[in-house]
Amino acid sequence: MEVPNLAAKAKEMAKTAAQEPATLEQAREMGLLPEEFDKIREILGRTPNFTEMCVYSVMWSEHCSYKNSIKWLKTLPKDGPHMLVKAGEENAGLVDIGDGIGCAFKIESHNHPSAIEPYQGAATGVGGINRDIFTMGARPVAQLNSLRFGKLSDPRTQWLMTGVVKGIGDYGNAFGIPIVGGEVYFDESYQANPLVNAMSVGLVNTSRIISSKARGVGNPVYIVGSATGKDGIKGASFASKDITEDSARDLPSVQVGDPFQEKLLLEATMELAQTDAIAGMQDMGAAGITCSTSEMSAGGKVGMDIHLDRVPLRQQGMKPFEILLSESQERMLIVIRKGHEDEVKRIFDKWDLHAEEIGVVTEGPMVRYYMHGEVVGEIPADSLVLGGGAPVYEREFREPAYYAEAKKFSMDQVAEPKDLVVVARQLLANPNICSKRWIYEQYDSMVGTVNMSANRPSDAAVVNIKNSNKALVMTVDCNGRYVNADPETGTMIAVSEAARNITCSGGEPSAITNCLNFGNPYNPEVYWQFVGAIKGMSAACRKFGTPVTGGNVSFYNQTVAEDGSARPVFPTPTIGMLGVMKDKSLLTTLDFKYKGDLIYLLGQPKDDISSSEYLVSFHGIRNSPAPWFDLDEEFRVQQCVAGLIRNNYISSAHDVSDGGLFVTLVEMGMPGDLGFDIVSDSEIRRDAFLFGESQSRVVVTVVEEDEDKFLDFVVESGVQVMLLGHVTKGRVTVDDLNFGLITDLKEIYDNAIAEELTQG
Amino acid sequence: MKFGVVIFPGSNCDEDLVYTMGHILHQDVVKLWHKERDLQGCDFIFIPGGFSYGDYLRSGAIARFSPIMDEVIAHANKGGYVMGICNGFQILTEARLLPGALLHNASRKFVCRNVYLKPESRSAILTASLDHNKAFRIPIAHGEGNFFTSADDLKRIEDNDQVLFRYCSATGEVTEESNPNGSLSNIAGVCNTGKNVFGMMPHPERAADYELDNTDGREIFEAALALVKA
Repeated sequence: MEVPNLAAKAKEMAKTAAQEPATLEQAREMGLLPEEFDKIREILGRTPNFTEMCVYSVMWSEHCSYKNSIKWLKTLPKDGPHMLVKAGEENAGLVDIGDGIGCAFKIESHNHPSAIEPYQGAATGVGGINRDIFTMGARPVAQLNSLRFGKLSDPRTQWLMTGVVKGIGDYGNAFGIPIVGGEVYFDESYQANPLVNAMSVGLVNTSRIISSKARGVGNPVYIVGSATGKDGIKGASFASKDITEDSARDLPSVQVGDPFQEKLLLEATMELAQTDAIAGMQDMGAAGITCSTSEMSAGGKVGMDIHLDRVPLRQQGMKPFEILLSESQERMLIVIRKGHEDEVKRIFDKWDLHAEEIGVVTEGPMVRYYMHGEVVGEIPADSLVLGGGAPVYEREFREPAYYAEAKKFSMDQVAEPKDLVVVARQLLANPNICSKRWIYEQYDSMVGTVNMSANRPSDAAVVNIKNSNKALVMTVDCNGRYVNADPETGTMIAVSEAARNITCSGGEPSAITNCLNFGNPYNPEVYWQFVGAIKGMSAACRKFGTPVTGGNVSFYNQTVAEDGSARPVFPTPTIGMLGVMKDKSLLTTLDFKYKGDLIYLLGQPKDDISSSEYLVSFHGIRNSPAPWFDLDEEFRVQQCVAGLIRNNYISSAHDVSDGGLFVTLVEMGMPGDLGFDIVSDSEIRRDAFLFGESQSRVVVTVVEEDEDKFLDFVVESGVQVMLLGHVTKGRVTVDDLNFGLITDLKEIYDNAIAEELTQG
Repeated sequence: MKFGVVIFPGSNCDEDLVYTMGHILHQDVVKLWHKERDLQGCDFIFIPGGFSYGDYLRSGAIARFSPIMDEVIAHANKGGYVMGICNGFQILTEARLLPGALLHNASRKFVCRNVYLKPESRSAILTASLDHNKAFRIPIAHGEGNFFTSADDLKRIEDNDQVLFRYCSATGEVTEESNPNGSLSNIAGVCNTGKNVFGMMPHPERAADYELDNTDGREIFEAALALVKA
């Protein structure tokens, strides 16, 4: 007899919440500004009730509305020759691969949950981004991630990293999609606030793309997947006196991931996608049912009647606002074409998943939420969403003092170290440079039998498209230190490095997704970084013809010092780039092939150590300009590399990035245990030559008989070229100075993280 | 010869096996759903890798109770071929079709990378005709692959030529450093006394496609196919 009692109680509580108008105080405590509360009243023509106010507070939150970033995001290039779906139109961008295949890809942050609970925070980040992909009807084929932590020697960093890596691994491994690439950086600016950015890439038959817009008045609306619980609600901060004082303790603040449910949901969705049953589908991430119902309705210019009491729940007595705002994972909202209900039931029964009809598509423009037949909220869908009624703000920005200060840096202030062998060994053991094997070996990188880089390392990950002569090429890149030094140039470098990695692997850059991790947007100096980053990204994306297909913005990433002052993280606009390899025979790897092969440097060596890992870690100088960079030169070098690959004039290619030329050469030597003997440029200080990070440089190897053709081609393309030396059996030598055997250097490079962890 | 790949909820290497057997090795292969009881006339049943039923309890502990497993066990008991890879190996030990158990890796961490395997059994079709001096490069991807059994069982397994593969170095030496998970005596795979049920933690189906630049696993399948047909 317990059930009816609880149901009656829930009904009574629902009524209370639904009928009481919200107060300004409640609105404020939930993060709404007074002027936003006024705007809601204006839209509704009345004061919203508590449930409605909750809906507005999450939909108008930074996370859902992009209210402080959208003005600038709109300036990014959105369309390109390879695009099937433009940015923002669907859950993720869609690139045309040809042959009736489309590629959906997107990157998203899960920084804040990971800072509190690294394991579940990271795991649910992986789950969320994969749902974004398969909700379009695309089957995920590869995952990548981009991680930032504080100093690795710090025990809390080690706890965070261990938890994040296990969270990503446990979720991704069980879900069964390979993790093919990623990056990890350590810097004290991320001390309290790690960045966890996850990317997923999927393939879809272009005639079977599923829309995220609700269509067809009278079509039933289904919720499928996991039952809805109270997880994740606290994130929206409830503070109504009536409700939270007793219940807040019950609300876990971080969602809990279940990769098994996600796997079932994937398979059921893929099966459903083969039928004609779906009129529209969206996954439930932030703001759960609220966000999916309002965005689908607004997108399709319709309305919905949603019965919250029909939603399968994990616990009894959940209130309407809790059901609406729950961020329980592994759920989807599907609009079904009327008459196809049995088909849906059959498929979800097969996979032992919930599929419940909770409402219907209406004429609009209202979304109505019901509890036991009674309206608990009635809102124009369009007023809730980005591009509709959600607020848009212009934020002021101001150049910070450190920027001018950094420009004063001159290499002459830094003495060249006497022993460069010591520097080289320290750099190879530096957590930002050394092998991330300790991390990536915990990820299944080979499930799906598509990872073409598992046995053949290249600058970007190459993913096979089975039964086709094409492959996907993908990478994530961002050096936050460069962006901090100069947001505009630093972000151009991030885009360029991603394109360089794809080009060096034999691919052609197609499009990017971005994950913009910044501090507090109300801080004008942080916003200056944001604006600069957007400008730099626009410039570089236009140059490479790679539109921005989507992504997300994560503000409020900062570390609060003991004196209470907030220090933002390095501005980190992570670039996830997708490229296409038109023919798998173009696949180019980074490893030296044979002893005696000639080693050439393409691009210009510079007397430049600005913002290099060497300058920071060896000399302790954190504030300097971004490394030397020129967008036109960068493009020229990449065009040259692409041509060399097309003509089959080079046997390997690897770009110069973190750690400089020396690290690049060691990375090329390690896979085959081959060394190198090179001569430096006498015009350039040797530490800058070996460890400087000036951009737009690529190291290639050439077999002797191709040398003439190679040189002719490079000279023709107008790119500077320099013979560095040749590949050796194992000894590493620069200007006759012995740096040891490659196998010894590999030992340092391979084990540095594990050693740091055992010491910590 | 007809092959069947069993699919449990949470299996995630099923498609890889179907692709390897069908597309690469041109064999007749069908999928077998866990709720069914019909093996569709298959002669050789694969239990693929993955996380059957989420594996939240103990890997393979629930899968062995699914309807299809009754038929798989009956098939094995009649002398039919069954092979479990990774999670499939765990399921077959839980179903007592294979000796031993798979414990958590000694490192307590999931590990995915290429390892080297030395074929051992001269009487099991999977390894009998392989080059026994070659170290086969095959990927692993598991958190619970630490093979364990009692000293008596180990002796019986070894005396009866049931060890399929041992982890070894790139040059073929069976050493402690080449053991990726703490397995007893570096054992990577075993068969039953009847030599018709096989289990191994490494994934030969992930090393079968020329496009991935490693076909050591393909050699294992091809060697077995030649003997199965004979």
